[in-house]
Amino acid sequence: MIDREQVLHVARLARLRLDEAEVETMAGELSGILGHVDRIRGLDLAGVEPTSHVVQLENVLRDDVAWTSLPSAVALASAPEPFEGAFRAPSPQADAD
Amino acid sequence: MADLLDLSVAAAAAKIAAGEVSAAEYGAAWQAAAAADDLNAYLWTADEGSFAEPDWNGEGESAPAGAGEATPYGSNGPAPADSGPLAGVPIAIKDIFTTQGIPTTAGSKILEGYRPPYTASAVRKLTAAGAQVLGKTNMDEFAMGSSNENSAYGPVRNPWDRGRVPGGSSGGSAAAVAGGLAPAALGTDTGGSIRQPASLCGIVGLKPTYGAISRFGMIAFASSLDQCGPLTRDVTDAALLLGVLEGKDPLDSTSVGLDGGISMPTLESLAGLRFGVPAEIADAALDPGVRAVFEATIARIEELGGAVAEVHLPHAEHGISAYYVIAPAEASSNLARYDGVRYGRRAGGDGDLVEMYEATRSEGFGAEVKRRIMLGTYALSSGYYDAYYGQAQKVRTRIAGDFDAAFEDVDLVVTPTSPSVAFGLGEKTADPLAMYLNDFFTVPMSLAGIPAISIPAGLAAPEGAADGAPRLPVGFQIAAPAFAEQKLLEAAHALEGALGFAAAAGDAAPWKGGAGG
Repeated sequence: MIDREQVLHVARLARLRLDEAEVETMAGELSGILGHVDRIRGLDLAGVEPTSHVVQLENVLRDDVAWTSLPSAVALASAPEPFEGAFRAPSPQADAD
Repeated sequence: MADLLDLSVAAAAAKIAAGEVSAAEYGAAWQAAAAADDLNAYLWTADEGSFAEPDWNGEGESAPAGAGEATPYGSNGPAPADSGPLAGVPIAIKDIFTTQGIPTTAGSKILEGYRPPYTASAVRKLTAAGAQVLGKTNMDEFAMGSSNENSAYGPVRNPWDRGRVPGGSSGGSAAAVAGGLAPAALGTDTGGSIRQPASLCGIVGLKPTYGAISRFGMIAFASSLDQCGPLTRDVTDAALLLGVLEGKDPLDSTSVGLDGGISMPTLESLAGLRFGVPAEIADAALDPGVRAVFEATIARIEELGGAVAEVHLPHAEHGISAYYVIAPAEASSNLARYDGVRYGRRAGGDGDLVEMYEATRSEGFGAEVKRRIMLGTYALSSGYYDAYYGQAQKVRTRIAGDFDAAFEDVDLVVTPTSPSVAFGLGEKTADPLAMYLNDFFTVPMSLAGIPAISIPAGLAAPEGAADGAPRLPVGFQIAAPAFAEQKLLEAAHALEGALGFAAAAGDAAPWKGGAGG
C-alpha cells in the first residue's frame, strides 16, 4: 500500500535518511500498520467533533513581567557546537565554492 | 538489611519519621541494592555521582506569578531530610524526566551524555517531599515500545524470568521495583507504559487523569496523552506518591491537579460499588491463563460485596488504530526538536544544514522511533490528514463517549491490563503490529484521559508453556471517571487486600530474591 516513492517522500519531510534496506523494511511495516488502521477509515463519523485534547484548554494570560530564563552559558552548555555565545550550525546552503 | 528493603514506602517513611529507622541507613541500603542492578534496569545510579556542571543554581531568578516558592529552574539542593511525607525515601526515576546535572537520555542515543540544566516538576515535587533520586531507569527510546527492547542501552530483564521482557515503556522502573532494586519508581504512560509493565512485573502501576501531574521537564512523546505516575509495590504507596505528585503547575498550562488532594485508602469492602465489565472482552484476543485470572478476580469483587454489571465500549476495539495515528502524529512534531543544533548529538561532516539534520536524526534515532516519525509524518501529510488524523480524533471522541455512557451505570470499569503475561525477549520484535496490540486494553483510557490502575491479581503460565513452567504475574486494570482517583484507589486497595497477591506469589516473588537470581 505504501510504496518506495512514498517512503522516500515522507522521509524527506521528516528529515530522515533511510538506506535501501530501511526503505524496503519501512514500506512493508508501514503498509502492515496502516492496513490495521484503515479499519477506522470505514467508520461513519460524520458530524462527530474531533478530540484534540481531553482537558478544556483556556488561553493563559499573565502579567507582562520578565521571568528568569536560562543564562546563555547554561543554555549553551549542552550544545554540540557553541560559538561566541550562540549555537553554530552549518550553512543552509551548500558551499558555493 | 533485608527487612529494611521489605518495608513499603509508607511504612519506611513512618519509621524514619518516628526515629525507628535511620534515613541514612535506609538510603544506603537502597543505594547498594540499586548499584547491584543485574537487570539493566538502571542507566544511572546515585553512587555514580552527579556532575557539577552546569552548576547554575538559579541565582537571581524571578518566579512566575502564582508559583510561590516553586521557581521554574535552578537549585535542586537537598530537601529537608527529616520532614515531608517521603523524608529519607529514595525513588527511581524513569530516564524521561530531566534531572539537573544528571544524565538524561530518554533511552536514546541522540541524547547520550545530555545533562539537563533543570529538573522536572514531578521530580522536584518528590524531592521537596523529602525523597532522593535513587537512579534513572532504562526505558524504550522516547517511551515508544511495550517491551523495553527499543532502548538504545539494551533491554531490561524481567526479574521473574530473565529471558522475558518487563514490558514497556517504563520497563526499567517496573523491573527495579519488582526486582527489589527500588522501593518505588516514577514512570510515564502514553498508551499503557506504566500499567502494562506493572502488570508484567507483578506490581502496582497508576496512570492518573491527564493533567493531574505536571508534565514540565518530562520529555515529550505525545503531548495530549503523556501522563506521569507511580510504580509501587502496593496501592497505599501509589496513593502516597500521587498525593505528593499531583497539583497545578504554572509551568505546565495543561496541568490541573486533583481537587482536595489524595488521602490514604482504607476501604476493605466493595459494598455499594458498581463494576462494569466490557462485553467486548468476551471476543478479545486474550491468553486463557490471563482470562482465568480476570474471571477469578471478578468473582472476588462479588465476594467483597461489589456489584458487577456488563457495560459496552463499542469503539474501544478501534483504540489501537486511533492511538497509532494520534501518538505518532504528535511524536513526529515533538521529535522535530532533535536536530543537532541546541543539545544532544550532532552528526555529519561538511555538508549543509539539511544534510546535518538528516545525518544527526538517522544516526541518533532507533528503528522504532523512525517508524513512528514516519507513520506520524505520513498521517499528517497533505492528502491523508483528514482520512487518518481527523478520523482518529473522531474515534477518540467516540471512545471517550463510550466511557461517559458506561460511567452513568457503574462506578468503575475493569479489564485485564495486558492480553498476555510477560513474553520472551525477541518474541515480538519482528512484527510491530503484534507489539502494538499489547496495548489493546490500556490505550482506550489514555485516549479518554481517564485514570486507571493495574494491580497484580494472580499468576498464570505463559500460553503454550510446558507443564510445570514457572507462572508469571497477571495484572487487573481498574478505570475510573476523570479525577475520581480517590475512588479508584479505595477500590483497588480493598481488592488488593482480598487478592493477597504477595502472599500467593510467596517465594516466587523476585523482591524476596526467589526468582531468576
